[in-house]
Amino acid sequence: MKPIIAVENIASSLVTTLWTPIFFAIFIAIVTYALWPRNKAAFDEAASMPLREE
Amino acid sequence: MSASSPTKSMTIGESGLSLTFAVTAFLCVFAAAKALDTAFAFHASLAAAASAASVFFILNRYFERGELPPQEINGRPNYNLGPIKFSSFMAMFWGIAGFAVGLIIASQLAWPALNFDLPWTSFGRLRPLHTSAVIFAFGGNVLLATSFYVVQRTCRVRLAGDLAPWFVVIGYNFFILIAGTGYLLGVTEGKEYAEPEWYSDLWLTIVWVVYLLVFLVTVIKRKEPHIFVANWFYLAFIVTIAVLHLGNNPALPVSFFGSKSYIAWGGVQDAMFQWWYGHNAVGFFLTAGFLAIMYYFIPKRAERPVYSYRLSIIHFWALIFLYIWAGPHHLHYTALPDWTQTLGMTFSIMLWMPSWGGMINGLMTLSGAWDKLRTDPVLRMLVVSVAFYGMSTFEGPMMSIKVVNSLSHYTDWTIGHVHSGALGWVGFVSFGALYCLVPWIWNRKGLYSLKLVNWHFWTATLGIVLYISAMWVSGILQGLMWRSYTALGFLEYSFIETVEAMHPFYIIRAAGGALFLIGSLIMAYNLWMTVRVGEEEVQSPVALQPAE
Repeated sequence: MKPIIAVENIASSLVTTLWTPIFFAIFIAIVTYALWPRNKAAFDEAASMPLREE
Repeated sequence: MSASSPTKSMTIGESGLSLTFAVTAFLCVFAAAKALDTAFAFHASLAAAASAASVFFILNRYFERGELPPQEINGRPNYNLGPIKFSSFMAMFWGIAGFAVGLIIASQLAWPALNFDLPWTSFGRLRPLHTSAVIFAFGGNVLLATSFYVVQRTCRVRLAGDLAPWFVVIGYNFFILIAGTGYLLGVTEGKEYAEPEWYSDLWLTIVWVVYLLVFLVTVIKRKEPHIFVANWFYLAFIVTIAVLHLGNNPALPVSFFGSKSYIAWGGVQDAMFQWWYGHNAVGFFLTAGFLAIMYYFIPKRAERPVYSYRLSIIHFWALIFLYIWAGPHHLHYTALPDWTQTLGMTFSIMLWMPSWGGMINGLMTLSGAWDKLRTDPVLRMLVVSVAFYGMSTFEGPMMSIKVVNSLSHYTDWTIGHVHSGALGWVGFVSFGALYCLVPWIWNRKGLYSLKLVNWHFWTATLGIVLYISAMWVSGILQGLMWRSYTALGFLEYSFIETVEAMHPFYIIRAAGGALFLIGSLIMAYNLWMTVRVGEEEVQSPVALQPAE
C-alpha cells in the first residue's frame, strides 16, 4: 500500500524547511523599512521623544 | 465630588484580589500544617502571612481612599509613581545585599575558613544567593522601576491598573524573598540562574503575566502615536523572559506539600534547555532590558536625541533574531551534538554586529554633548556602562569560538567576563538610571551631592578593573595549567596546584568587590539624602538655575 502524503505534512515540512529564508526575508523587510528615505523624518522625530515630555 | 465618597464601591481588582488572598492564606496555612519538610513549612507560613497582610492592606487602602486617582490632571497625565518608588528602594536594598554576599563568597574562595563549616553559610548555598540577588533582585527591580517610568512618560498616559502595578512590584519582591531564603535552607532545583523550586516558579509566572498585562495595556492606551524604541526593548524583555521561564522550568513536584521537584527534561535535552534559558537570560534580561534604559536615560541626561533611530530599529530586530540561538556555546565539547555547538558559536559571533550597533548608538548619542562628561558624573557612569557593554560583547563572542573556549571554559576567565558585563554594563547603567530616576520621582531639583557620585564612580571603576584583570590572569593561568603535559604525556599540574596559583588573584578580586560594595554604599547614602533633605523642584516655567 502506498503511503498517503497528507496536505498538513507537506505544509509543516515546507515551513520547517523554509523558516530560515522566511525569517531572512522578514529581517530584510525590516531593514528596508528602517532605511526607506521617506521614513527618515518620522524617525528623526521619534529620536527626540524622551526630550519632548512635559 | 465631595459627596461621592459614601457611594464609592470596590473595584473588581480590590474585591477579587482580597478574596483570592483570603483563600490563599487559608490554603497556605493548610499546606504549612501538612508540610513534609521544614523549608516548605517556612515558605508556606511566609505565604500565609503575606496573603493575610495583603487582604488587610487592600481593604485598608479601600476604606482610606476617596475616588480612584484620575487618569489626567489639568490635561496632563497623572503618572503613577508609587510602585516605581518602591522598586527603586528595593533595587538599592537588594543591590547592597547582593554585592555584600558577592564579597563574602569571593573571600570564601580566598580564605575557605570563612565557610564556617555551616550548611547555611557554605559557598554552594551563598553563590546562587549572590547571583539571584544581583541579577534578579537588584537588576529586576531596576527594570521594574525604569520600565514603569519610561512606558508612562513615552506613552504619556498613567500606568494601567490600580492594584496591578503594586501586585507586580510587591509580588516580584516576595518571589525574591522565597527564592533567596530557599537557597540558604538548601531548597534548589540546581539549574544555574533558575534555582527556585516549583512553587516559587509558579508564583513568578503569575506575577510576570500581570507585569506583561500592565505594560501592554499601558502601551495600548498610549496618547503618543509612535511606540518609542525603549518600550520595544522592555516588551521583548518581558515576553522573552516569560517564554524562557516556562520552557526551562516544567518540573514535577514529588509531593504537593514538599519543596522537592524533578525537571521534565532529561539528560542533554535538559542541558540544552538550561543554556537556551541561561544565555537568553543574559540576552533578554541583562541586555534587552538594560538597552531600554540606555535608549531612554542617555538621551534624557545628555539632552540629545538618539543618535540614529534607524540603527536602533535594525539593532533591535537583529538582536531579537540572533540572541535566541547563542545558548549552545555554554556546552562546547559536551554530549550536545557537534553541529548544535557550531550553530551556537556561529550565532554568537554574528551577535557582534547588533551589540556593537547598539553600543555605537548609545555612545554617539553624546555627539555635541561630550563636554558634559567632564561635569556630570551621572552621564559619565551611563557612558562608561555602554563602553563596558561594547567590551564584554566583544569578549563574549570571542570566548564562544570553540578553540578559545577550550582554554577559557570552566576557568575564572568566564567569571571575569560575566563581571565586566554585570558590574560594568548592568551595574553602571542601573546606577546611572537610579541617579536620574530618584530626583525625578521624588520631585527633587537634583541629587544631594554630585561629588559623592564622582566618588562612587571612581571607587566602583577601580573595583571593576581590579576584579576583571585579576580574573583574566587567574583564568588564563588556570586554563594553561590544566592543559599542560609533561614530556611523558602526564598532566603537569595537580588540581590543587592550580588552586594555589590562583590564590593571590582571589584576594585581588575580593578587594575589587569590596570597592564596588563601598561605592554602592556611597550611592545609597546619596540617594537617601536626596529624598530626605533634597530641595523640592518647583513646577513652574521659570528658567533653569545653574548648578551650585
